[in-house]
This record gives sequence, C-alpha cells and structure tokens, in this order.
Amino acid sequence: MKQPITLQVNQNTYDIEAEPRRTLADALREDCGLTGTHLGCEHGVCGACTVIVDGDPMRACLMFAVQAEGRAIRTVEGLAAGATLHPLQQAFIDHHALQCGFCTAGFLMLATSLIERADPPDDQELLDALSSNLCRCTGYKNIVNAVRAASVALRQR
Amino acid sequence: MTSLDGGMGHYTDRLLHCENAVSASFAFHPVDGQPFVGQSIPRREDARLLIGRGQYINDLALPGMLHVAFVRSPVAHARIVNVDLSAAERAPGVHLAVCGADLLRALPPVQDQQLPLPAKWKTTVSHKIFDPRQPLLAIDRVRHVGEAVAVVIAESRYLAEDAAERVVLELESLPAQVDPEAALAADAVVIHQNASSNQLAEFAIAKGDVESAMASAPHRIKRRFYHHRYAAVPMECRGVAAQFDERTGSYTIWSSTQVVHWLRREASQTLGVPEARIHCIAPDVGGGFGGKGHVYPEDLLIPFLAHQVRRPVKWIEDRREHQQSACHSRDQIHDAEVGFDNEGRVLALRDAFIMDCGAWNPVGVGIPYNTASHLCGPYDVPNAAISARVVATNKVPNAPYRGAGRPEAALVTERLMDLIAHTLGLEPMEVRRRNMVSAQQMPYPVHLPYRDGVSIVYDGGDYPGALQKAVDAIGGLPAFRAEQAAARAQGRYLGLGLGSYTEGTGVGPFEGASVRIDPSGRLYVAAGSCPQGQGMETIFAQITADQWQVKPEQVMLTLADTGAISMGFGTVASRSTVNLSAAIHEASTRLRKKVFAIAANLLECADEDLELRNGTVAIKGVPGKSVSLADVARASRPGWDSKRPAGMDAGLEETYYWEPSTVTWSYASHAAVVEVDLALGRVKILRYAIAHDCGVVVNPMLAEGQIIGGAVQGIGGGLMEEMAYDSEGQLLSGSFMDYLLPTASDVPSITVIHQETPSTLNPLGVKGLGEGGAISPPVALANAVCDALSEYGIEINSTPIRPEAIWQAVKTARASHA
Amino acid sequence: MKPSPFDYVRATNLTEALALLERHGEQAQILAGGQTLIATLNMRLSAPDWLIDITRIPGLSGITLTETHLVIGALTTHREIERSALVAQYAPLLGQAAPHIAHAAIRNSGTIGGSIAFADPAAEWPACCVALDARFVIQALSGERRVSARTFFRGLYDTDRAAHEIITAIEIPRERAPRRSVFMELARRHGDYAIVGVALLGRVDQGRLSDVAIGYVGAGATPLLAQGAMAALEGQAADADVLARAKAALAQDLDPSGDLYNSPATKRHLAAVLLERAVKQLLA
Repeated sequence: MKQPITLQVNQNTYDIEAEPRRTLADALREDCGLTGTHLGCEHGVCGACTVIVDGDPMRACLMFAVQAEGRAIRTVEGLAAGATLHPLQQAFIDHHALQCGFCTAGFLMLATSLIERADPPDDQELLDALSSNLCRCTGYKNIVNAVRAASVALRQR
Repeated sequence: MTSLDGGMGHYTDRLLHCENAVSASFAFHPVDGQPFVGQSIPRREDARLLIGRGQYINDLALPGMLHVAFVRSPVAHARIVNVDLSAAERAPGVHLAVCGADLLRALPPVQDQQLPLPAKWKTTVSHKIFDPRQPLLAIDRVRHVGEAVAVVIAESRYLAEDAAERVVLELESLPAQVDPEAALAADAVVIHQNASSNQLAEFAIAKGDVESAMASAPHRIKRRFYHHRYAAVPMECRGVAAQFDERTGSYTIWSSTQVVHWLRREASQTLGVPEARIHCIAPDVGGGFGGKGHVYPEDLLIPFLAHQVRRPVKWIEDRREHQQSACHSRDQIHDAEVGFDNEGRVLALRDAFIMDCGAWNPVGVGIPYNTASHLCGPYDVPNAAISARVVATNKVPNAPYRGAGRPEAALVTERLMDLIAHTLGLEPMEVRRRNMVSAQQMPYPVHLPYRDGVSIVYDGGDYPGALQKAVDAIGGLPAFRAEQAAARAQGRYLGLGLGSYTEGTGVGPFEGASVRIDPSGRLYVAAGSCPQGQGMETIFAQITADQWQVKPEQVMLTLADTGAISMGFGTVASRSTVNLSAAIHEASTRLRKKVFAIAANLLECADEDLELRNGTVAIKGVPGKSVSLADVARASRPGWDSKRPAGMDAGLEETYYWEPSTVTWSYASHAAVVEVDLALGRVKILRYAIAHDCGVVVNPMLAEGQIIGGAVQGIGGGLMEEMAYDSEGQLLSGSFMDYLLPTASDVPSITVIHQETPSTLNPLGVKGLGEGGAISPPVALANAVCDALSEYGIEINSTPIRPEAIWQAVKTARASHA
Repeated sequence: MKPSPFDYVRATNLTEALALLERHGEQAQILAGGQTLIATLNMRLSAPDWLIDITRIPGLSGITLTETHLVIGALTTHREIERSALVAQYAPLLGQAAPHIAHAAIRNSGTIGGSIAFADPAAEWPACCVALDARFVIQALSGERRVSARTFFRGLYDTDRAAHEIITAIEIPRERAPRRSVFMELARRHGDYAIVGVALLGRVDQGRLSDVAIGYVGAGATPLLAQGAMAALEGQAADADVLARAKAALAQDLDPSGDLYNSPATKRHLAAVLLERAVKQLLA
C-alpha cells in the first residue's frame, strides 16, 4: 500500500507516494527524478548507490525510503554549487577518474563525506575508505589521485 | 538523444544550465598549429556524468512505460514439462505473461544470424561448426541456471517480480554437464538434440612441420594449462527498452549494447520488419568490456513485448540475473607441448585445447580462433600445430570479454617460456629475448591465417625493447635478483613474473563515418562505434579537429545510433579507434575537395591555392584572404542563390566506410613483482609495469586509463574473480558477495610506458588498445608466484591463483622435501 | 531484486515494538540498521509480512559506563563503537575489530544489536562478545533478562533470543585494568566477511600470559571460545612449544565448515597461523 513520504534531498522537499518496500535508491531515481544515483548490485556491495544521509555515506539500496523520512539526504545532483563544480568533480575531470561513469556518483558521495571532514584523511585512510565502492573501468588509481587532490583543493579554498 | 530527453523534460532546464556552466572547464586551447592528436585533452563526456545527468538505459522514463521481470531456470539441465502462468497473470498490475511455448507460436524462430565468417577463412582453415540458435525463451529444455523461461510485464518492476514468483515451473531434471571433458564422453547426455554430441565446433591450424621438429628437439615440455571462467561484469548490468510506433509501424530499441547495428539487423529478421523501421540507440553505457558485445535474446524479446502490449517496455537486468545470464568468458583447457634447443629457442609448439562454451555458443569460434592465432605471441616459432574443440556444458554461454581468447593463449605460451628457462637454468627474460621476433625482422610473416582470412603479418614494433623497458621499470633484472636474495635471507619470498603478448587489433570488416559541415560552421560526425566509457566523443573530436584545423569543441559526435549512419559494426575487439579514425580521415579528405572547390569559387582563386587555416579555408601565403567553414557551408546549400561552382551538387556531407586490409598488431610486456606469504598463501603485488605499443597515441591520458583499467581486470581475474559452479551446475558466484571484484586496496600502482611504432595500415598510424591490458596479468602473476617459490619447484599452470592452492602446494612440496 | 511487499511500522517506544512482535510472531522482523536484512529482502531470501523499525526508539543507542559494565545500546552503530573513547579505554578489542566490519558506508548504518541478533558466525561482534564474556540484555513484554554471550549463540544463525524479544544492550564487564587485546582476521578483500578471525585478550607479565580469552570468527557454526588454546597459553610464556600446544588444541576447539574458496582444513590452518601471529602481537 502506497503511503505519503516526505524526503529532504539536497535541501529540497519531495512529497512522494510509495510503498514501504520502496528502497531509497528507487525513490530517489523514480519518484524524485534524481537518476544520478545508480544501482549496481542492490545488495550493498558495489556502492554505486552511495548517498549521504545526515552527513554519513550510506547505501541507498540498503535503506527504505520510509526510513529516510526526516533525514537530510545529499545526492550527486546537489554536489555542484549552482553552475560551479565541486572541487571533487573538477578533480575527477582533471585526473581522468571516470570512464563509463556508472560508479561515479557513488564514489563522489563517498569521497565528499570523507574530504569535507574537519581532519583530512591520510593516504591509508583514503584507500581504506575508497575500497568500499567498486569501479570496473579505471583501476582506481585515478580515483584515489582525484580524491587526494580534491581534499587539498577543498582546504585551500 | 531527444527521445531520452522527452521523458525527463521537467529537469531539462537545470541540466542545460549546468552544462553551459561546466563546458568552460574542459574547453582546451592548445598552442596554435599543434595537432590535437597526442594531447591529453580532458573528456567532454565527463561533465554530464559528474553532475548526475548521464543517460543510462535505466534513466529512460517514457509515458506509460511498463516493466519486465524474467523467470529464470533454477536448475542447470531439465526438460520443461509445463510452465503455469495463470497465477502470475492474475497478479496485481500484470499486463502480460509469456513462456517459450507461447512465444514459439507468436514469433517463429528465424535463420541463424551468427556473424558470418569470411570466405577466405573458411577455405583456409579446416573446421566444423554447429551453432544452435538460442530461442528468446527456453522452449523444451532449460540448459543453464539462469536461462530465461518466462517473462512478466507489469506496472512496476516490484509488481513484475511479485508476479514472476507465482509462475510455476514443472521441470524434469536431466544430468548436468559441468565438465567439458566429461561432456565429450560417448555416453554423455547431449545438450542440443540436433547435435550428434556436445562438441559444437572444431578447427585446426598449423605451420611448418611440428611432428618432426618436436621429435628431433633436444628438450620437450608438456603440460596441461587451465584458464578459468570469469567475466566482464560491468558495473551497469544489461538493459533494454523498446517502444512501438503505431503510426509508422516502427520500433525504437534502446539497449545497453556495444553493437547497435548488429542489433538492428537481428531485430529486423526476428520481428519481420525492415531495418529502416527499426531505430537502435545505445545511450550512456555503464561499461561493456565485450560482455555487451553481441545480441542477446532479451534485446529482441523486449521490442516484441512492446509491440504486444502497445506500451513502452523496459527491462533492467539485476545483478543476480547478470551473473547467471550475461555471458561469461575464458574457460579453456590446454594440453600443450613445446620442443626447444639447448639455448632455449623454441623449435616446435603443439597445443590441443577445449573451450567450455556453456549452453550456447553465441559467437561461433571467435574466441578459440583468437586463442589459436595468438598462441605464438611475440615469438619466432618455426613450427606450430594448434587444434581446438568447442564443447557445450550446462553453464552460462561463453562470449568474448576483454582479450577474448588471448589471455588463454598468453597463459600457455608465457608459462612455457618460464618452464623452458627453468629447465635450462636461464633467466625467463633471456629465453624470451632469444625467441622474440626482432625489430629487424619486421614486417614478420607468421604464416598462420588471421580470423579475417588474411595470413598474419606482424606489421612493426620492437618486442625485445618493450620487454626491456617493462623490466627496467620495476628496477631492472640484476637489481631485482639482489633484492630477492636479500628478502629471502629474511624469510620473505619475492618473485618476478613476465607476460608478453601480441594482439591483432582493428579487425574488419569495416566501420564508417559520416562527416558533415552545417552553416554554423560546426562539424558533425556520425559513426557506428558504440562507446562504454572509452572517451570516444573526446578522441574522435580530437581526430576530426586535426583533419579540419578547428578546435575539438567545434566537432559534434553522434555514436551508437542507427539513425545517424546507415551501416555500422560496433565497438568490440579493440577496433574503434583504428577503423573509425581511418573512416573520419577518408571522409574528411573527400569532403575537403568539395569545401575547397566552393571556397575557391567564393575567393575567386584555384583550389590548389587553398589551405585550412585556423578554422577557415584560406589562400596560401595571403593573410586575411579566407572564408570560414560556415561561409562555405552556407554557399553549399541548395537553393536559387547557391554559390557553388557550376555543376556541383548541394550539401557538405561525406560518408566513408573504411575496410581495413587486415589487423594491425599491438603488443606489450608486463612485469610484476610479488611477495608471497607462504603461511597464508597470499600474493601481494609490490610493483607492476607495462610497456606497450599501440602505435600513435591519440590521447595519452585516456590510453593510460584504458591500459590500467584493463590490467586491473586481468589482476582481478588472476587472483580473485571466478565464475564457479558446483557438480550440479549451480552457479556459486551469483552475487557480489561471492564474485570478488578487485577494490582500490587490491591493486598495485602500475607504471605504463608508451612505445610508439606507428601502424602502416591506416592513415593515422594507430593500433587498438582497449583489450590489451587484460591479457597478461594472470600469467605474469602466475610466473611471479612460481619465481617466488622456485626453491619448492612449484608450478602454477591454472588460474585463478588461489591462496589455498599456494598454501597446499607449499605444504606438499615441504612434505616431499622432508 | 526488489523486496516482497510488507507492512512497515516505525515503533516509537519499546513497549509498542514488543507488542507488535508478540502479535505477529515469526511473521515480523525487526529492522535496525538493515545492512544485512535489507540485502536479503532485496534478494527475496526473506519475506516477512511486517517490518518493525526500532531505530527511532529513544534510549537504545549510545555507550555508557556503570559501576560494573561498559554498556552499549543495541542500536549503537559500528561506526560509533569504532570512534568511541569509552570503548577505546574499556574494551579496546571492539575498537580494533570495528574497522574489519564491511566498509564505512555499512558501518554508518549497521548496529551491534543487529549483528548479535543475526548471529552470523563470520561476523566480528559475536566473537568479540564471546571473548569478552559479555552479556546481552534481552527484553520482552513480560520482562527483561540477561544472557551470557557464551551461551547465547546456539547454532548457525540460531540464538537464545525468542521471536518476541528484542536485544536492548550489550554489557561488557569492566576490568580494573583492561587486558591487552588483538583482533586479526583474514578476508579475501578488505571489508569482506572473514574467512577466519581471532579476538585475543590477555595480560602479559614478564613474558607470561594470563587471563587469556580467545574468540574465533568463522571457525564453526557459532562464534567460538577456543578453550583448549586458552588453557594451553594460560600462565605460560608463549615459547615455540607452548604455541605449538595452543595451536594443536585448536583442532578440538574449532569446527569450521568450508566455503567457496577454502576447505575446512585450510581454515583450521589459517586459524592456527592467526593465533600465532596474534599472540606475538599481544606480546610485542
């Protein structure tokens, strides 16, 4: 049975109607029209659906939309500030950190939560954290380099 | 992709806003006169993908769209007694449920649509091929776990899955064939009733006189090698959406495919409508690597269903479906023998191998023939005899995946090189050097036919040079041996492994490009290639920009769309940059003649006095005397006041289909340094270097991305990834919990060295590089582990290199030494 | 891979949640962090009629100290435990184990109570609780009870918790001076479920070990306490002979089953290698 659910995504309010079984990922994509969040495995391993919930990265395939009510959600669509790319997005271009782009949103949100912290991650921490998501194209090196560069750029702003 | 935009109109404003804003970030302004080919230009694809505005198949939302779920076989082999759809049909939100028997009546099967083999190949290579045609839904039998048996269309994917659960299958189980050798036994149950046995194909090729060369060789080594089954596993699974247009009787098919024109051809045959009434588009595709490189049953079934329900229909493959129905690859057993002299020079190479093709054989002998024709690798092998058999089993069908038969060849040849070295007490590097075709021998005839039927000629390069560079990049051989000895003294086990290969790239039959200039002065390029992340929009803009002396931003590309160019082949087999760059070059050359003729008319000079200069057509040596491409395009338009020379037809558009004479040969050497933890059997890669030659490098940053990405897939295959089956034919690697893709922590830093020998077979001098990175890692790692454990005499002749196997081998070796 | 339909209730207090469990019995599942549950729902390996979301019940989350115990609320996430100063001081073993649990994005949602209730023998918290001799606070409408971790896990995914009960807290005995601890595990990749893992506690006095406790991950149908190995090490200086005896004792202590990549024999071998490495690290 569908029920009204209110989601706060990228500081916008979305009033949707969905069954309790609708995952947050599906609600974002199909009910909010935010198709930048992708589904790669739907069992919590690949991380393509990673979004930020109340400041922490989480798998949007392992959360029901109804559970996300009242929580602040950030998706890839909210990363750029209007017309200006987030330093992380620019770093991904500069370092060729994406090929097919399917895993990219998940990596961006995972990395955003990491580099926006007060204390910048060291290299080992960066590698550990980025190991939570899968990319089949890049071999990761350029992703790690891009996140490291963005972490520095963010602090120099 | 206006059709895609149609479904998302309410977000378009924001998208345009962002795109305009971010375009500045990748606009690229090089030094005047410097070609764009060769520069690491950032990708124009990136902006849309980074702001969440990519358009993948699952992002397509059409009004009234319905959703599909499949019922797939839970068992490996069974006779279908009955498929009861009645409960599913009554389930909420269901529009249609169909099984194989229904489909057989509504959509009778058509003639085999396999890729045709060239006549030249068929007359040169002794072969026998039986390719059963896979029905769109299983009819009388299911032949692997995951084979589609029935399909349900409903208002949402959730409801479709609810209904699919209510389909009742009555199956009478048959013995599962899991081992291809057992499947060849005389009493084995035959999987395809129309075939006489489970052997679906065989062929043999040879050069020289292997029998006598082997018999007289001072040394012989014979081993069995097994390259395990693994798969492309793109992050985006497959997906198909389709719409039937009642007004024109036409279909639009969106598919996450690498081959839109091939799909159109098969859809035309299957659906019984002309190709002109079918429009196939591959939107943004989330990785393919060959796994989406042929037409699947679902590609044809979904448009049929859209016609049946007269609504747009979409199927998105989920990860479980992907693991058990998207094609797997590799899976070959080789019995190989090498004869060699006291210096380690190969005198004869013999190999008889079996490819386990699974339940169907979608691309015929494509993969095993690649294996056979690449088996000699970069080496001067005087005598060789190679034979292959393709055997059906009850597993997921086997189709090309990045490397497509070459990693299997490399496993055999490169392990044999190390075994020769071990036998004679030589350095593996030295044995390779002694056997490699030298730069002076180029062009080197191999005397075996390629799969295009043309006798193979290695067209250029320096194979020993690449080997040296790779080994130098990991520190050099003497330094490594010293490091290895020092580590051993501390109880640590280090090893160096090499893996070299050659790869025929840019295979035919053709790829085409249509180049057009419009009155805005922009260049429009349409082509049949289908990108999945390679950056084609960027590199073909670079190539076109050089042809016309304009900035890449002035070039618009349309790829993977049958509406944009009438014939195409698709993106598989490391062929797009080779064939398409040549097609763009030829089409541009032809179009330039017309442009110059019109410009000459405008400038009142002779054609020969003109040159391209900064985006204009200008009179040589006369500053300021020029017309823009926009001026020329306006002048070319049909109409009363045309400025064309008399007798010239209107428009500025040329299409050229490039048909390569044969393949051009890329090559590389990989060098890996590993440390093995003997107690745990774990392998850690300490250093990894690749020296490769793909001819002229169009965009070094992107080329390196392709090579490293490929190498990491090879490392994953060498150490972790495996499509494993139990004895009942149940897939044990059905999820990402069990199928282990490498993560950021699992990959080493990889050094890439470009060695550039331009190809002589195409105008830009390029060679293919998409697949190469994935070819060598499994065998380079196997060789490295053997080197680390050399004191135990351990041989790793099969993949993946499992920790358990290393530990067991060490334990066994220690026990026998003790 | 979409879940079957279910009814969802977001419980606002413990009594409400317990009443719902009483009413729906086996047809209901508790939804806490959901990091395992939702994956199984997506795969339709499980299809409860009711999902009772307890995540917004006040008072079930957080880490506190009593006179006798370190108390971890059932809804405390893996990430909170990983970062907790109290845990670092009073049960450092948990802080050492936390980074091995999947990845940060999972640890941000997954809860210790959920992990204990699910009782995956390859999970980290159950083995740590067994080694630490923790007890679980279990609530039903009829009242509250406490069960030792060492008796709570009964079989594969089978525990002492009844369908109408909720685990509300994990209580770890306070020690005057916490023992040294080492957590080690082998996984094929960083963040994967363990092939085998060990949680080792002990004191070291002039090279001799005492108060030794050893919990094993992935070495049987339940998390295991390696009592034979513990006895072999207790009061001993861990020289080669002692280590050999301890490793030999594991043959009786452990009962691993094979997985896709490792036979039982391999797991036994790996468990022994880990024990030796863990003891050496504890002594270091």
